[in-house]
Amino acid sequence: MHLEYTVVEGDFVNAGTASSSVKKALKQLNVSPQVVKRVVVALYEAEVNAIAHAYGGKVLVDIDSDKIKMVVADKGPGIPDIALAMQEGYSTARPEVRDMGFGAGMGLPNMQKNVDKLNVSSEVGVGTTVEMVVNFV
Amino acid sequence: MTVQELVNALKLTVLSGKDGLNREIEGCYVSDLLSDVMGNAEINNVWVTLQTHKNVMAIASLKELACVILVKGQSASEETLAQSNEEGIPFLSTTMQTFETAGKIYDLLK
Repeated sequence: MHLEYTVVEGDFVNAGTASSSVKKALKQLNVSPQVVKRVVVALYEAEVNAIAHAYGGKVLVDIDSDKIKMVVADKGPGIPDIALAMQEGYSTARPEVRDMGFGAGMGLPNMQKNVDKLNVSSEVGVGTTVEMVVNFV
Repeated sequence: MTVQELVNALKLTVLSGKDGLNREIEGCYVSDLLSDVMGNAEINNVWVTLQTHKNVMAIASLKELACVILVKGQSASEETLAQSNEEGIPFLSTTMQTFETAGKIYDLLK
């Protein structure tokens, strides 16, 4: 099953749309609740990051019989130092985004903790692509 | 304990999501950082927060929380409350601040 969603810059009102839709799809496929929980946390964080930091992007999801692959690809400022961005507590979120309770520097760590494979690639001034895989067993 | 029983015990105001008042409560999580709640809250938790925007509802729904308690007499936007009604996850309000609210819930659930 292939699913696609568009992420719009600054569109916090719709943050979680992709995660919610993927959650429903996985439940219909009888994927275990523990796995669904992990997918939802990781994908939500990636969605919010694209909304908060980028100028828009795409969420591409492929669900196989044994795993889910999620790609969140944005056009944006990119991440100059990925290792630094992966550190818990590090954030470059704007003050108004922090006021909403985002930007605590927990997004990428939450992704890392909940997926089996995480690959972040980025080019400064071009954009960032986050690839995540969660195995069903 | 159900959400309705919590409402009665703490004299909470039900802002929305009445269909979910029979939800069973299992624990509580207190945080205003959304990623913290996303990463650490558990299904059927009560969430105590001072955040009131629509993303609170999105997280409550994704995490299948029992209800959300807004502290210090706050309410949420019409849009948020409408979504709460749709999903049957109650938004409750208290005039208490977070410390008192969490303390009382701890006493009830311990």
